Amino acid sequence: MPWDRNQMAARAAEELEDGMYVNLGIGIPTLVANYVGDKDITLQSENGMLGMGPFPVEGEEDPDLINAGKQTITELPRTAYFDSATSFGMIRGGKIAAAILGAMEVAENGDLANWMIPGKLVKGMGGAMDLVAGVGRVVVVMDHQNKHGQSKVLKECTLPLTGAGVVDRIITNLGVLDVVEGGLKIVETAEGVTEDELRAATEATIV
Amino acid sequence: MKKVYGSAQEALDGLLFDGMFIAAGGFGLCGIPELSLEAIKQAGTKDLTFASNNAGVDDFGIGILLQTRQVKKMISSYVGENAEFMRQYLSGELELEFNPQGTLAERMRAGGCGIPGFYTKTGVGTVIAEGKDHKEFDGETYIMERGIVADLAIVKAWKADTTGNAIFRKTARNFNPPAAMCGKVCVMEVEEIVEPGELDGDHIHLPGIYVHRIVQGKHEKRIEQRTTRPAA
Repeated sequence: MPWDRNQMAARAAEELEDGMYVNLGIGIPTLVANYVGDKDITLQSENGMLGMGPFPVEGEEDPDLINAGKQTITELPRTAYFDSATSFGMIRGGKIAAAILGAMEVAENGDLANWMIPGKLVKGMGGAMDLVAGVGRVVVVMDHQNKHGQSKVLKECTLPLTGAGVVDRIITNLGVLDVVEGGLKIVETAEGVTEDELRAATEATIV
Repeated sequence: MKKVYGSAQEALDGLLFDGMFIAAGGFGLCGIPELSLEAIKQAGTKDLTFASNNAGVDDFGIGILLQTRQVKKMISSYVGENAEFMRQYLSGELELEFNPQGTLAERMRAGGCGIPGFYTKTGVGTVIAEGKDHKEFDGETYIMERGIVADLAIVKAWKADTTGNAIFRKTARNFNPPAAMCGKVCVMEVEEIVEPGELDGDHIHLPGIYVHRIVQGKHEKRIEQRTTRPAA
């Protein structure tokens, strides 16, 4: 059985080590916070906060306290606030250990596309280009194939890039792949998924 | 030197002209200069270029100036929450320059600090890098981005003293300090104005040197995505 959204998030949480400062993207990456367990992880929200807490209970929402997805959130005892230039200073400066992000396409050379589809409504890249260019390690979490059954793990991205050669590890519903010299290396497969099945579902070169 | 004005309309008097370039603070609808935006709408100033991370929603934030067709161009990182914006953009009425969020923030900060350009890895190998100066430093490729200097900055803080020393609250700080820094003139709206000495000088987020006109007012502070967890 391939992993479901929560199993992918749980697997991604294994990437995080005690003491890390981490930025989580929108979608499945947001779920990663539910699986960090006892590890001491500090979440960054790029609109200007370290130490992001959970969503508030009803009645406790504060319009001055939101995450990068504009959702109401809460603070923690360790929380620090700062302006956007400082926030992206710590991102660009490599102080954030890892970003876990969703993607539309990833290529075998680490190219990442996750911000626009030509001809469709373009909303903007937000902070994604800064994150993938700046953080220590970029982990992509996404479904292995699109809804038409085509591989999203490609030899070359077809969509406009968010970053060139920026991805370190890909976690999909079928398994885990690392970007290495010459292509992708299988790290593990989801329980019940064989290496042959993973290869068959992947357009990219597997070395 | 008098910095405190009675209303946003008074604070903006003499500063607005058609075709001007305005830097605005705020992230989504959080920490936006809502009083100044309303006053600019009332003033009817046209052909505005805004450097602002977002464009508000249809009936709040910069969205109210899109409804009145006062905006010519947006420099933003994300504009996904605004149907009128999309309509004007797709019909060619509105220009849009996408900047990566951190690049936009740094362009404002740099402009305010007298830095006309800087190099960043952000956007290398993407459409953002097209036509920009590329340079190698220590074996890595960077692109040059320009600092921004705006005709006017409009920002929102929580508290300020009468000299403009300002404190922001939680994530409402966001783009407000860099936007304030890059304005030739900065109009700051606050929830409360206090006397000098009432704010601890060690706790000031933005020194008053960047702030030229201050106005106190009542803010709606609309929430864009109200999200809660179940009570335990």
